[in-house]
Amino acid sequence: MEGHVRGRIIKDTIFKSLVMCLSFVAILPLLLILYYITKNGIAVINWEFLTTLPRPIGEAGGGIYNAIVGTIQLIILSSIFSIPVGIAAGIYLSERKEGKLSELVRLCVVVLQGTPSIVIGIVAYLWIVAPFQSFSALSGGIALSIMMLPVIIKTTEETLKLIPYHLKEASLALGVPYHRTILKVVLPAGLTNILTGILLSVARITGETAPLLFTAFGNQFMNYNIFKPIDSLPYRIFYYAMSPYPEWHTFAWGASFILVVMVLGLNLTARGLASKWKVQF
Amino acid sequence: MAAMKNDRPTSIVDKSEKRFTACLAISAIIIVVLLLAVFFTLLVTSIPAIKAFGIGFLYSKDWNPALEKFGALPFLVGTLLTSFLGLLLSIPFSIGISVFLGEYCKEGPISTFLRSAIEVLAGIPSVIYGLWGLFLLMPIIRSLETMIGVAPHGVGIFTSALILAIMVIPFSASIGREVITLVPSDLKEAAYSLGATRFEVIKNVVIPYARSGIIAGILLALGRAIGETMAVTMLIGNSNFLPTSLFSPANTMASVIANEFAEATGTTASSLIFVGLVLFLVTTLVNIVGNFIIKKISIESSREVG
Repeated sequence: MEGHVRGRIIKDTIFKSLVMCLSFVAILPLLLILYYITKNGIAVINWEFLTTLPRPIGEAGGGIYNAIVGTIQLIILSSIFSIPVGIAAGIYLSERKEGKLSELVRLCVVVLQGTPSIVIGIVAYLWIVAPFQSFSALSGGIALSIMMLPVIIKTTEETLKLIPYHLKEASLALGVPYHRTILKVVLPAGLTNILTGILLSVARITGETAPLLFTAFGNQFMNYNIFKPIDSLPYRIFYYAMSPYPEWHTFAWGASFILVVMVLGLNLTARGLASKWKVQF
Repeated sequence: MAAMKNDRPTSIVDKSEKRFTACLAISAIIIVVLLLAVFFTLLVTSIPAIKAFGIGFLYSKDWNPALEKFGALPFLVGTLLTSFLGLLLSIPFSIGISVFLGEYCKEGPISTFLRSAIEVLAGIPSVIYGLWGLFLLMPIIRSLETMIGVAPHGVGIFTSALILAIMVIPFSASIGREVITLVPSDLKEAAYSLGATRFEVIKNVVIPYARSGIIAGILLALGRAIGETMAVTMLIGNSNFLPTSLFSPANTMASVIANEFAEATGTTASSLIFVGLVLFLVTTLVNIVGNFIIKKISIESSREVG
């Protein structure tokens, strides 16, 4: 009897330590990745790296200025389309909770969210690059905006569902028209959370490479024309990492460090906003 | 009241209100049209390949752009092997994390640390996983391959599966944690009151109750793994032949598109788009099933609370 109980307790302890071990082994790669990016990245980064254009192999120096600017341009381009449409669709879903169109849109959001980024790259290629006969920043922006949409729609819908109904009723009772109630009362009440969603979606696309491979493509020079190919940080990392030159490999680490700082910075800001908002209602 | 409304001439307010609701509806319709457009673009542009190779495309193993003979079997096999192997490697860890965060350590600094670490892991761009895998994982795998006596490529199915395992852990783990915290505490308390140890409660009450949710999380992770492109493209070795062992270089559906689409024309491009269409359909199916299960669980649990 005694032995039987002890056996069960031993099993319990073994299981607990196993679970703890597994949990911490799982985040070991994260620590290793962050360690190597910091170690190899910091060594490369200096003012010149951030503010000059890439040079051909053999010439020392050079940087990733155009890639940083390109990434920012792509973020702006994709936001222009996805933020208004995403928020409007989110409002539609939260206002018409039932209904066939809402159900259909929800299903589409799920499917879009799971669509592999490379497939979206193909589609953007067929829509924009093939007709215009040139890789372009615009096509990259379209591809990325398709990836942003699901996140924005979902967070907008979830946020607006949480806004207390009496807020809306109070405004309507005062005779405020419906659209003004939504735009001036409901939307501002949930603005911080929607902003969180937007930041998260931007964080998601900042590191995306696959949809840019045959849309924005990459460019060694600075470019402000949206109908011409444009460089981006993730593409540059890919290009440098796959090259046979050790010097470019170190550049890839440097660019990775910048990219990780950008993505994690966006994520942290978003989380900060989200946790601040929670106490409001 | 209704009469009053009718008497009033259509004002600017009414007009802008109509415009506003129209805008919302149009945005909602745009989403549906967008998805349909994605699907039909892929379908229409892959018609030449569908016509030329038919259903045999899926089980023919030759991919030869020079002869314009295309079969996607090597990529299907590559995708299946890498994603299932990756998933298999990730399952113990993701279930471990789910149980640890959902049962043993729900709050406190350790839990917060682990949870944010998982979130960061999910946020790191795929190309950076690829870079890390290329320069740190690959040499390790290469020496491992030399040790067990297979050709030391360093890159290949096993390396890709390993990086995929790391990448998908956050997805299944976060869903697993959520469903485990949804297990009603009176069920667990009943088991404790009968003298069960924590391990027995987890094994006999928590896991069976949360099983479908954990499976849904794994399904969504599978969808991720199948569509994952950059890290795999960098680590799989880019070979268009049917893989012969777990360590041989190969190509997945996503990686062959990433590698070859930019230079492809004619039938080659059409075949690659066909591969993309298959990829799209597979991930869509996996995602819809996974989300359906999760939705069902959350409806059930909210009904029980109510």
